Amino acid sequence: MEYFIQQLINGLTLGSIYGLVAIGYTMVYGIIGMINFAHGDIFMLGGFAALIVFLIATSFFAGIPVALLLLLMLLVGMLMTGLWNWTIERVAYRPLRGSFRLAPLITAIGMSIVLSNFIQVTQGPRNKPIPPMVTDVFHIGGITISLKQVLIVIITAVLLFAFWYIVNKTPLGRAQRATEQDRKMAALLGVDVDRTISITFIMGAALAAVAGAMYLMYYGVASFNDGFIPGVKAFTAAVLGGIGSLPGAVLGGLLIGLIESLWSAYFSIAYKDVATFAILAFVLIFKPTGILGRPEVEKV
Amino acid sequence: MALGTTTMTNDTILKVEHLSMKFGGLMAINDLSLEARRGEITALIGPNGAGKTTVFNCITGFYKPTMGMLTLQRRDGKEFLLERLRDFEIPKLAGVARTFQNIRLFSGLTVLENLLVAQHNALMKASGYTLLGLLGFPTYRRAVDASIEKAKYWLDKADLTDRADDPAGDLPYGAQRRLEIARAMCTGPELLCLDEPAAGLNPRESAALNTLLHQIRDEGVSILLIEHDMSVVMQISDHVVVLEYGQKISDGSPDHVKNDPRVIAAYLGVEDDEVEEVIAVELEGGNH
Amino acid sequence: MTAATETGHPSVLAKAVREGIFAGVISFLMFLLFVGIETYQDINNALVWRTRWGLLAIFVLVAAVGRFLTVGFIKPHLDQRKLAKAKSGVLEISESKSFFHRHFLKIALIFLLVYPFLSLLIVGKQGSLKYVDNFGIQILIYVMLAWGLNIVVGLAGLLDLGYVAFYAVGAYSYALLSSYFGFSFWLLLPMSGILAALWGVILGFPVLRLRGDYLAIVTLAFGEIIRLVLINWTDVTKGTFGISGIAKASFFGIWSFDTGSASSFVKAWGLSPSSVYYKIFLFYIILALCMLTAYVTIQLRRMPIGRAWEALREDEIACRSLGINTVTTKLTAFATGAMFGGFAGAFFATRQGFVSPESFVFLESAVILAIVVLGGMGSLTGIAIAAMVMVGGTEVLREMSFLKVVFGPDFTPELYRMLLFGLAMIIVMLFKPRGFVGSREPTAFLKERRAVSGSFTKEGHG
Repeated sequence: MEYFIQQLINGLTLGSIYGLVAIGYTMVYGIIGMINFAHGDIFMLGGFAALIVFLIATSFFAGIPVALLLLLMLLVGMLMTGLWNWTIERVAYRPLRGSFRLAPLITAIGMSIVLSNFIQVTQGPRNKPIPPMVTDVFHIGGITISLKQVLIVIITAVLLFAFWYIVNKTPLGRAQRATEQDRKMAALLGVDVDRTISITFIMGAALAAVAGAMYLMYYGVASFNDGFIPGVKAFTAAVLGGIGSLPGAVLGGLLIGLIESLWSAYFSIAYKDVATFAILAFVLIFKPTGILGRPEVEKV
Repeated sequence: MALGTTTMTNDTILKVEHLSMKFGGLMAINDLSLEARRGEITALIGPNGAGKTTVFNCITGFYKPTMGMLTLQRRDGKEFLLERLRDFEIPKLAGVARTFQNIRLFSGLTVLENLLVAQHNALMKASGYTLLGLLGFPTYRRAVDASIEKAKYWLDKADLTDRADDPAGDLPYGAQRRLEIARAMCTGPELLCLDEPAAGLNPRESAALNTLLHQIRDEGVSILLIEHDMSVVMQISDHVVVLEYGQKISDGSPDHVKNDPRVIAAYLGVEDDEVEEVIAVELEGGNH
Repeated sequence: MTAATETGHPSVLAKAVREGIFAGVISFLMFLLFVGIETYQDINNALVWRTRWGLLAIFVLVAAVGRFLTVGFIKPHLDQRKLAKAKSGVLEISESKSFFHRHFLKIALIFLLVYPFLSLLIVGKQGSLKYVDNFGIQILIYVMLAWGLNIVVGLAGLLDLGYVAFYAVGAYSYALLSSYFGFSFWLLLPMSGILAALWGVILGFPVLRLRGDYLAIVTLAFGEIIRLVLINWTDVTKGTFGISGIAKASFFGIWSFDTGSASSFVKAWGLSPSSVYYKIFLFYIILALCMLTAYVTIQLRRMPIGRAWEALREDEIACRSLGINTVTTKLTAFATGAMFGGFAGAFFATRQGFVSPESFVFLESAVILAIVVLGGMGSLTGIAIAAMVMVGGTEVLREMSFLKVVFGPDFTPELYRMLLFGLAMIIVMLFKPRGFVGSREPTAFLKERRAVSGSFTKEGHG
């Protein structure tokens, strides 16, 4: 039982990270109907931004409080990736909006290749380890919970709430939902569609940056090809939950995190990703639009 | 097969019995029964939202009806229960072809290719499911020639011969409508279902459509059509069924229907906003 | 920002300056951390950092000047040309084609047939190894893979992000069956194709009713599953070590290309030993396989099944209303595409003599898909050109050692291979969203065959 709860906590932590990244996929998909393949690499960029901030900050202020350091890493990472994603959307996706459906998909894959190779070229191909930032652990019964796990879950929860608030309660969120429903009509009614889409990209990137920074904090290492596997997992999470649905993305993320940690714990670590993907395929066979996705009504 | 009380004379091609279709809480069609006779043009009319297209989608297999029985009898006497067939089997086995309210052509294929795709099943068999065709068997060659002849025949009827090698998406609207009908005819149907074929046509195109539909009927193909344009309906149909809120309110010859007070009240005489009021009341009633 | 109509030149320049500065500022912020700062490990293996302001300045300058030139000069020039063209009223399609244009395919085929000997003549035995193997065979493998995927994506409009799985099935079928049972290449080549097609059916059947992007992610997932199984099922596949010492293809069982063999090709023909003969032989095998793929694709397009694939891409609902069984139609497209992937895989295994899961990562699927889309979905010629440009281009980069003179001895052009590949993907798409050849050849005609403009063809929904 304790072992099970332990794994549950590990899965929850991992799932939070996937969920944050998945939101970026699902938002972009919802608003412009495109799989933003470069989103995983935005997550990686966020991790690198946090890494560089960590190095600079600790070399200038050796005794910097961890909370301040973490805040700095998150903020700079969010700004940085927000800017990157904004530019990427302007340069590589916007000119293709409304054209052939596969064209933006290909530029997104191209962008993903460019981003990971850009970091490989500028920062080197080796893994970048940092000294552990948060080392405290709590023992409750036989269960070990580390502070970083608590931090990750809390930060995720806070962000999700803020995010939910923006999407459901603010004019910006209304503009986003309107654009998602019908872009042309929204534009006719005075919604600045371009701006709304840009902001969506920035928001998605900011969440991915947080996930990237927490991934770095959790594992203590960053690498240029970190974007791919977590990116695919997060994308899988978004689809599993029902792409386009925000609660679905979070649910999908948590599920994938849990499947992964429980499978590793009880079956085999080697096949944990196989299990994840197999469950995705299995769920989609029975629910073709994901768990919380709106069923697709075929218009005849 | 529990045919039960069904007695199908040879001049009935389609028999719809107690058809109901429910979407969530909304009863789109409620216990509808109607008949289409062989060799006739049957029109299905009614105000917007009466459930006409839903009936079509049930007949052509795009929706599975909540309840009811749809029996189609082919010329050779074979009967098919349409609600039990898969969507693609309805044109293939039962010989029902259809067109769509929002034209659905293969816009990147040429006009001729559109008509050849419609003969897929015949050509597929002739090509020995591709294998014999790849080897260039003469039977396949003959089938291809025959399919082109058939396409030419319908191109001529639909007045599209000049545009045969143009992409379907490049045709003007009226020609696209005719092409869609020609394509449906190339499947060799016994019942042709047309969903608002005259929508958006100018008077000249509309007249051309009437001629085309009469020619199709004269070839022995029965037609079931949904139409809003009353002049088209009154001119060409042999038999009219009127729907309102998913129920049949009148059924008979065009003249009979035209003079039916219920039809006049429900369809022709009542102002649009009044209809909306009625719907609003009805919906509220349905929610409580 | 907005596309305003600029009439006077000074205002264009002012705008260009503004936009240039803006681009400079943005790129400064973007690159500040990632270019301006370098992280590296010091002697104690601790991660430290140093600044690279010079490099950052170059990045910012390139962005600013590039934007300035684009807005100030290139764009007005292009607009002017477009305007002039529109005014002159000449349609973009020229009716009379040059001799080269009309006979392009024949010329290309003849060139490919003599290519190995040409390179033998010009650069000699040792030198031509590179041209036959790294360029010729490498490009042709991608041509074949892209043509195979074209059936699924380009014709049937099914987005498959896991095509590399079938390539892997083909390669491992050959590698395993040949190492464990010693079957010959010529027996295993068709078998690999059939096995891959079988896998196509097995994987395709449950998921083909999914639409669009759901299908995309499931195919990606299957691709990853197959790769992960290859990695982890070490008893059979030897995991990440891969399978080495895979048998070479023989000259149709008559001569062998193993140097020690009694019926060695080299001995039989009295040639001096060199691996180039085997490479040339392989070149012709893959060329023949490519031709087979092209032939089958062209033939199938004229068959009812091929037309149904294209119709499916255009409108699935209309297909069903015409009595086409969309499930079996999709499945045949999937299986046919997978079969060619399997052939290519078997060839890959025999060419490398070694297979490992490394070769079947998602990136490969992405590259193949990119080639299909960049070439123009459905167009065999366009796809072949795209494969040549993209794969050949990155191979050329390996050869550019003269760049070391420009950028210093530490410069390794290979490092920039994928970076440039990605950039090229983006740039080609931005300028030609429908690929190099956007139009489509009709499969039947009454009076004349006229290409269908890309603006009419659809790309499928699932």
